[in-house]
Order: sequence, then structure tokens, then C-alpha cells
Amino acid sequence: MIEIKGLHKYFGDLHVLKGIDLTVKKGEVLSIIGASGSGKSTLLYCINGLEAIQQGEVLVDGVSVHAKGTNLNQLRTKMGMVFQQFNSFPHLTALENVALAPKIVKGKSKAEAKEIARAQLQHVGLGDKFDSYPSALSGGQQQRLAIARALAMEPSYMLFDEATSALDPELVGEVLDTMRLLAEEGMTMICVTHEMGFARDVSDRVAFFHQGIMEEIGPPKQIFSEPKSEHTAKFLANVR
Amino acid sequence: MNEPISFFSGFGPKDLWFLAQAAWQTLLISALSISTGTLLGVFFGWILSESKIVGAITLGLILDAFRSIPLIIQLVLFYNLFNVLGLAISPFWAGVVILAVYTSALVANVARGGIEAVGAPMRRAGRSLGLSYVQTMQHVVWPIGLRAVFPSWVGVALGVLKDSALVSVLGHPELLKVARDLITRTQQPLLVLAVAGAFYFALSYPISRYAAHLERKWQS
Amino acid sequence: MNFEYTFHWRPVMRKLPDLLEASLVTLQISVLSMIIGITLGMVLALLRMNGPKPLAWIASVWVETARNTPALFQLFFFSFGLGAFGMHLTPYLIVLFGLTFNNAGYLAENFRGGFQAVPDTQLRAARSLGMSAWQSYTRIIIPQVFRIVYHPMTNQLVWAVLMSSLAMIVGFRELAGETQALAFKTFRIFEYFAVAALIYYAMVKFILGISRLIAWRMFRY
Ligand SMILES: Nc1ncnc2c1ncn2[C@@H]1O[C@H](COP(=O)(O)OP(=O)(O)O)[C@@H](O)[C@H]1O
Ligand SMILES: [Mg+2]
Repeated sequence: MIEIKGLHKYFGDLHVLKGIDLTVKKGEVLSIIGASGSGKSTLLYCINGLEAIQQGEVLVDGVSVHAKGTNLNQLRTKMGMVFQQFNSFPHLTALENVALAPKIVKGKSKAEAKEIARAQLQHVGLGDKFDSYPSALSGGQQQRLAIARALAMEPSYMLFDEATSALDPELVGEVLDTMRLLAEEGMTMICVTHEMGFARDVSDRVAFFHQGIMEEIGPPKQIFSEPKSEHTAKFLANVR
Repeated sequence: MNEPISFFSGFGPKDLWFLAQAAWQTLLISALSISTGTLLGVFFGWILSESKIVGAITLGLILDAFRSIPLIIQLVLFYNLFNVLGLAISPFWAGVVILAVYTSALVANVARGGIEAVGAPMRRAGRSLGLSYVQTMQHVVWPIGLRAVFPSWVGVALGVLKDSALVSVLGHPELLKVARDLITRTQQPLLVLAVAGAFYFALSYPISRYAAHLERKWQS
Repeated sequence: MNFEYTFHWRPVMRKLPDLLEASLVTLQISVLSMIIGITLGMVLALLRMNGPKPLAWIASVWVETARNTPALFQLFFFSFGLGAFGMHLTPYLIVLFGLTFNNAGYLAENFRGGFQAVPDTQLRAARSLGMSAWQSYTRIIIPQVFRIVYHPMTNQLVWAVLMSSLAMIVGFRELAGETQALAFKTFRIFEYFAVAALIYYAMVKFILGISRLIAWRMFRY
């Protein structure tokens, strides 16, 4: 379970997150939508401990992410993250990309790590690309590689930050399909996305962010057909 | 004069003047060799880019040798060759000539890079607009290539400025030679080195800063 | 005028083994100064980019001095300059320190450019996988930096070999120093320096060849 309580985040004087309260239960798929600059990415970074926070608390399985004594590196292995930029490691083959963290973070043997990597690459449909370098992969393949790399750590949660935004339109589908597959397998997911179809069809709840505030959260049906906030309505009217 | 307690014992204002004159020598040697070396180098670069095969295996190889042999070896070697050939040439002019050739070898590479950076398609475009070869060179290759190679050229020039210190092996009183003599005389190595270093810094640092500034301006 | 000079190559050829041995010293000191220089240059680059103020400042002074003064000046610092503090280094150490100081300064700038060329998001991605800062740098960032600076680094090694010839001024007998010592003993200055020039040329070509081979083996992406 991920619990966010009264979270405030500033970049200098810029108040980016203004008191977020949010709980994501095991097995849930939450989509976060909202205009650019509303603080969606920052929220994911705060959950993952990649950004410090100024007020409030983030608990992952009851462990406070920003508390002093927390072993962040260990806690992060519970959360896989996929970014908008492809972020594959260009100097490693697909297999090495995936096998590296299990080996050096979790201390798996070389053989074990490779076994895990093969399985996860197959899982995301890259079974024929083990020895390819990222430069030889399409954007969609690189994003699936990033997903496999995160999954290899056997995370309990997956955080997606606009995983399809940098892709050519014809490549969006394969990545969304992979995300859908994960959802069906019961992965707990927080997906920042501009893909309204995905948000509507796959998520259990949808949250709408507006200028650092979570304006509204609810089942996709309600958000999309009868939004309570006029900001939500306006945003949805614009993206359609 | 013997004032063991005074800060300037040994090193007096007159010595500062010596160093300033020596710095002038350094500047003079550098300016002469960089300017002639650049002209020569641009010409060589043009030959290299125009006649790929013949140019590369004759001129290219020779110039490459100048870049692959320590300057100090070149200085001693050619200074002695001049003597052997009976050319009575002063260390100053020997230094300028050798440095100029050395500079031209470095500049040739840069210049060829610049001409090639402009690329055949752009030159063809120039020609297709009805420009003559000379006009294409003048209005297309030169302005574009100049911006492309300017940073590297500044790097070469600053390198030669510093390398001119090696002319001291021929005995010409440029900055480092004078500094070394002063160290022997005054026994104040730190002070003398600091002053000499400051002269080099004052010559080199502003140029490198200004070049970086220009480069940034051109990029935007 | 002196037209009677006749070239004598045989005495030089007899001393060729000595010159070749000295060129091994050249290679050794150049490579060693590169290895230490790469390590120090990496540290200098990191300090300059995000070290605490005083250390960042020291790193800047180092880098700018190395880049804006002649290498010979830097050698003088390690010979006369340190002598002022009562530290008298051996000629070997003077050359080693001088070359290393210079290499580190130039490489630091290359590394800085390299670090800036690797996107920040690579670090984020590595950290998000649970890698420590150390692991992220050694496994993800620095290998990419090395790829970017490989070419400049090769050039710096060539430069180090050429620069090591300054040793002859401070009396260390690597190739140039040995050449000078032999040449002035026999007055066959031109011949000795001509042969030394050839050896330097061969060494530089050898280094460039090896570096191309390594690049071809190492960088598959
Ligand atoms: N590292 C940073 N430093 C300063 N401001 C930042 C930084 N990262 C994000 N911001 C600012 O925080 C706000 C929220 O950004 P972000 O979380 O990326 O929004 P979103 O992902 O919803 O587009 C924006 O105004 C952005 O400019
Ligand atoms: Mg974002």
C-alpha cells in the first residue's frame, strides 16, 4: 500500500504540490491526468524518493520514504519506474540492461540475473532482442525494455510517468498493451498518462491534478462522464 | 645589494621589467608564427581537401609528421640543420620559422575539417545558384567554415603561444628563459614563477574566454 | 660558413639500442602520467561541477593553470618551485608530476563535457532501480562518459608522449633526454635528433593504432 499524507513540495519558492492526500491499495491501477506542469511527475518522484519533500509523509508498505533512517535504495527496489524519456542504458545490451540491477542491487548471481532478464524480456515481447543495443531498438521497444528492467527487480508497485508521450503514434499501442498486460496480472500501478482511452479502460480510479492540487479522484466512469470539478471538465473537453 | 630580510631581496622592479620584455618576445614570436602559420595552414588545408589522394599521401604525410614529433625535437633538429646548411639564422628567426611550420601543420587539419564541414551538397547548392568556384568559396565555404573551425583554431593558437616557450632551448630570451635565468640569480623561484605564470595567464586566459563567448554567441 | 659537414649515421645506429630503451621509459612515464591523470581529472571534474566551494575553487585553479600556462612552466614549478619549499624531487618525479598535473587539467575539462553530455535522466533511472549513487556513477554514468571522451583521451596520451620530451630540459633521460646526452657528447646533434624524431613518430602511430583497436573491440554500440 502507498499512502500519501498532506504532501507539500516546493522547488525554491515554487509551490508544486499543495497538500496531496492519496492512498493506493495493492492491486489497484490509478491513472493520473492533468495539464502539463500540474505536478504529476513530481508526485511520482516524491513517491520514489528521487525528490525531497517539505511537508507531509509518503509511506510505502508502512515505511516512510523520506524519514532519515530509511534505506532508500532497498525501498526503491519495491517500486519500478518508467520515465517519459527512454532512459535505456546505451552502453549495455538489452539483456545487460535488465540483468544489471538484480545483480548489483539484489546480489543475484550472474546466471540468476540473466535468467530473470531473459524471462522479463520475453514477458514484454522482446524475446528476440537479448543482444541488441538500445540504439538498434525502436522507441516502443526501448520503453518495453525499460518496463522489463523495472520488473526484473520484482517490484510491488510500478510508477509510469507518461511512458508513451515521447513515442511516435504508431508505437504507442505496443507499450500500452504491455501496461495493460501488467494490470491484468494484478500489478499495483500508478500511471501518469495522456492516453485517456487507457485511463478509462484499464484503471480502477482516475485522479485529476490541477496546479499542484488533486482536484478530483474517482472511478473512470464518473470522472469521464460526470466530472465534479469544472477544471476537470474543461481539461477533458480540451484533450478530446 | 644584499638585503636578506626584504621581501624583494634579489627580485627588484627592474627584473619585473625584464620579464615584461621577455613576455613581449613571447608575444612577438607567437604572433609572427601564428599569423604566417595560419595562412600557410589554410592553404595546405585547401590543397588537402581538393586533392584527396595526391594531397593526402604527400603533403598530408609530411604535415602529420610535424604533429607527431615533439616540438622541442623539431626545434633542435632544424636549428642544427640550418647551421649545417650554413644558413646563419638567429635563434629568434629559427624559432619563428619552425613554429610557423608547426602551426601550419595543425591549422591545415583544422582548415580541411572546416572545408569538409561545409560539405559537398552545400557547395553544389552554391554552384547551382550560378556562383563561380571562387564565389562559392568566398560566400559559402568561408563564412560557414570559419564559424565551424574558429574554436579549434583558437585552441591551436593558444597552444602555439604556450609552445613558444620551447624556443628557449635555442637560447632566445623569451619569457621562460628569462624566468629561469632570474631564478638562478635571485634564488626566488616562487616569485619569479608566479610573475611569469601571470604573464602567460594574462595572454592566454582572456583569449580563451573571449573565444568561448564568441562560440556561444554564434551557436544561438 | 660551414659546408663541410658530413652526416655520420653509424655512431647513432650503434647507440640505437640505448635510444630504444629510452623510448620505453618515455612510454612508461607517459602512460603512468595518463593513468594517474585520468583518475585526478575525473575527481577535478566532479569537484568543479558539484564539489563544496573551496574544493571547487582549487579544482578550477588547477585546471585553468594547466590549460593556460606552458607545460614547461609546469615542469619548472615542480623543479624550482617546490625547491623553494625545500622539496627536491628527482628528475623522474618532476617529469611525472608535471605531466600528470597537465594531463589531469586537460582531461578534467574533457570529462566535464562528457558528464554534461550524459542526460540527467540516466542517473534518475539508475537510482530508481535501487542503485546507490556510487553504483550509478561507476556502472551507468562513467562508462558513457568514457565513451564520449575516448577520442580526446587518446589525443591527450599522444600529447603526453610529445610533452614528456621536455624531460630533457630538467635532465631526465627518457628518449629526448638520452638523445640530447648522446648528441652533445658526440656532436652528431642532427643525426641523433633525426633518429629520435623517427622513433617519436613511430611511437605516436603505434599508440593511435592500439587505441583504434581498443575502440573497435570495446565500443559495440
Ligand atoms: N527540478 C525542478 N526544479 C524547479 N522546478 C521544477 C523542477 N521540476 C519541476 N519543476 C516545476 O514544477 C512544476 C511541476 O512540474 P511537473 O511535476 O514536471 O509537472 P507535470 O509532470 O504535471 O507536467 C512545473 O512548474 C515545473 O516547472
Ligand atoms: Mg511530467
